[in-house]
Amino acid sequence: MNNGWHQRLQRWAPHALTPLVVIAALPAIGPGPWLTLTVAGLTMGIMLFMVAAGLTLIFGLMDVLNFAHAAFVAVGAYIAVSVLQPLAGWTSETSLALNIAALLLALVAAAVASGALGFVFERVIIRQVYGAPLRQILITIGALTVIEQLIIVIWGPQAIPLPKPAMLRGSVFIGSASIETYRLFALCVGLAIALAMHLFLTRTRLGLVVRAGVEDREMIQALGYHIRRVFIGVFMAGTALAGIGGMMWAQYQAVVSSQIGDSMTILVFIILIIGGLGSVGGCFIGAILVGLATNYVGFLAPKLALGTNILLMALILLWRPRGLFPLAEHH
Amino acid sequence: MTASPQEAVHGAAHQRAAETVAAPSRPEPDNEKRPSWLGWVVSDNPPGGALLNGLMLAILAALLFAPFLFPSSKAVNVASLICIFIILVASYDLMLGFTGIVSFAHTMFFGIGAYGVAITLAKGVSGWGGVLFGTLAGALVSLAIAAVIGLLSLRLRAIFFSMITLAVAAFAQIVAEQWRDLTGGEDGLTFTVPEMLTPGFRLVHDKVMGVAINGPVITYYITFATALVLFLLMLRIVNSPFGLVLRAVRENEFRVEAMGYRVVAYRTLVCMISAVMASLAGSLMALVLRYNGPDATLSFAQMLNILLMVVIGGMGTLYGAVVGAILVVLAQYYLKSAMGAVSDATSGIPLVSALLSPDRWLLWLGIIFILIVTFLPQGIVGRLRRKR
Repeated sequence: MNNGWHQRLQRWAPHALTPLVVIAALPAIGPGPWLTLTVAGLTMGIMLFMVAAGLTLIFGLMDVLNFAHAAFVAVGAYIAVSVLQPLAGWTSETSLALNIAALLLALVAAAVASGALGFVFERVIIRQVYGAPLRQILITIGALTVIEQLIIVIWGPQAIPLPKPAMLRGSVFIGSASIETYRLFALCVGLAIALAMHLFLTRTRLGLVVRAGVEDREMIQALGYHIRRVFIGVFMAGTALAGIGGMMWAQYQAVVSSQIGDSMTILVFIILIIGGLGSVGGCFIGAILVGLATNYVGFLAPKLALGTNILLMALILLWRPRGLFPLAEHH
Repeated sequence: MTASPQEAVHGAAHQRAAETVAAPSRPEPDNEKRPSWLGWVVSDNPPGGALLNGLMLAILAALLFAPFLFPSSKAVNVASLICIFIILVASYDLMLGFTGIVSFAHTMFFGIGAYGVAITLAKGVSGWGGVLFGTLAGALVSLAIAAVIGLLSLRLRAIFFSMITLAVAAFAQIVAEQWRDLTGGEDGLTFTVPEMLTPGFRLVHDKVMGVAINGPVITYYITFATALVLFLLMLRIVNSPFGLVLRAVRENEFRVEAMGYRVVAYRTLVCMISAVMASLAGSLMALVLRYNGPDATLSFAQMLNILLMVVIGGMGTLYGAVVGAILVVLAQYYLKSAMGAVSDATSGIPLVSALLSPDRWLLWLGIIFILIVTFLPQGIVGRLRRKR
């Protein structure tokens, strides 16, 4: 009986971790700032999730860890700059509809551009290194450098300011807590995309094939599905998501610099390790956890902020060496 | 049936004849029959082939007499960097080429060694005692960090290790940039090296063969001697039974585990050895530059340099580290300025000029890197060996 109780705890503990962190932070921070920080953490988490989800799906399905994933974040961000700068008339207008239309246009452009680049990337770079993990790491690291440098050649090395649209600039107040309007917008977009992804994966036939492919690639092939086509589709979707994440992040920071991908890579890898490589659900929880921890610790102990995520990763690895929600091993 | 890790090594280029079970008919190399001191020095693993042997001897001679052959102060500096990178790249090859694990934290250990010396000398402990203390402290810190990272992440798939080292290395760079009191932040640290290593010092009053024996030349010879000793030590390590297990882990980790070897212990141990070597290289780097900062030792560009050197030279050969380090360091010093000249000459053509600017050095490094991984994955030394 004792054993059964223990096992149930083992199964539920990873799910309970995030709510526990949120609740534990309340008395430590105080209600006003707590609400602000929680919303900020959730927003950051959902943006990170968009970037990390593509990477984890690609890894789960194809066993390819794309170290150049962050390059697509940067591509999305810079494409957004190129779309939003000519649309400055729309974004400076105090009309919510025009503002959001401009942002959505930038979002679609970022997704299409990085998705298209993802298609080329899969053909030119990834295709020749399937099943060779060592060469995968090397070649994608090389590709990351090349794309980052090409971005500098095209858009220049200096940071480009990207002011937020007029209506999304200020904050709303709930009690004593101030919440940035853009964060609410980003949270809505992020949740909508996460929901769409969830529905696609669980309610459509293609989503079923993708999930089955993650579980057992050979079996899916044996059942007559063209796994290569699924690969390309998932790879493009993953890079497009990264592009969207990059665009949202750039707009949130209100500035784009060529380093945007680098800091993202680290965070995304930490999320993947925390959540369990290849698991989309784990990736979601990992992203939210990283977002919350960054904001809470940044407020409570600013000096520790730098090491928060590394520390979080180390703690979780000590507790669960394969991450919170590891995929079942199959060889 | 003997449970030797050799069984798990398929096609390892240099199996030692003494350890293969059934090979009496195979013609044995000369130095196996009559153990010569030269064979002992290179651990019975010569570069292989007349061309490669000759090349290595020529490189050894050139490095031995570098300050006399190329007497400018820039050339001595470049030769010192080559020796440092030979240590750094060869120790990286222990992990990448021999054990099959990709680390992105090698520059972190390089930086720890450099900061060990830099901080000790900059904070008042001067002289040889400071150098020694800083070097030892750096090596010990590197050893400890490598052990922790290895034990935490190498139990699982090796890809975990790559991701974690990438995160930890980025963190180390941030710490070095932010902890200004200790590291000098982004400006880095300048410090006084022992008097004997300063440019003003003269070991002998007169010039020797037209070359003044000053501090940089002495520093060069310290670096050269350390590089030679450490390189031969690494050659010994990879040709020992321990090295054989490492290669077996690279080829088939499950089989090695099944034979009763603790894979995680071997992987962690090789990481620790590699980290200490990198740290020593870093300490030498600090002495040569008489300066240390994040860009000099910790930057991601430096990590890319190391990867490129290993891959160009040939993974899993050690001699590849020598070839790779020389090619890339020379290219960086002499090709980069050529790029600047071409870029200035083509300043009328907008895109071409931007692409050829020396600031875009990394772009070309990345392209060359991709091409080599694609078309010459065995590297120069690997290719020359196969031709035999």
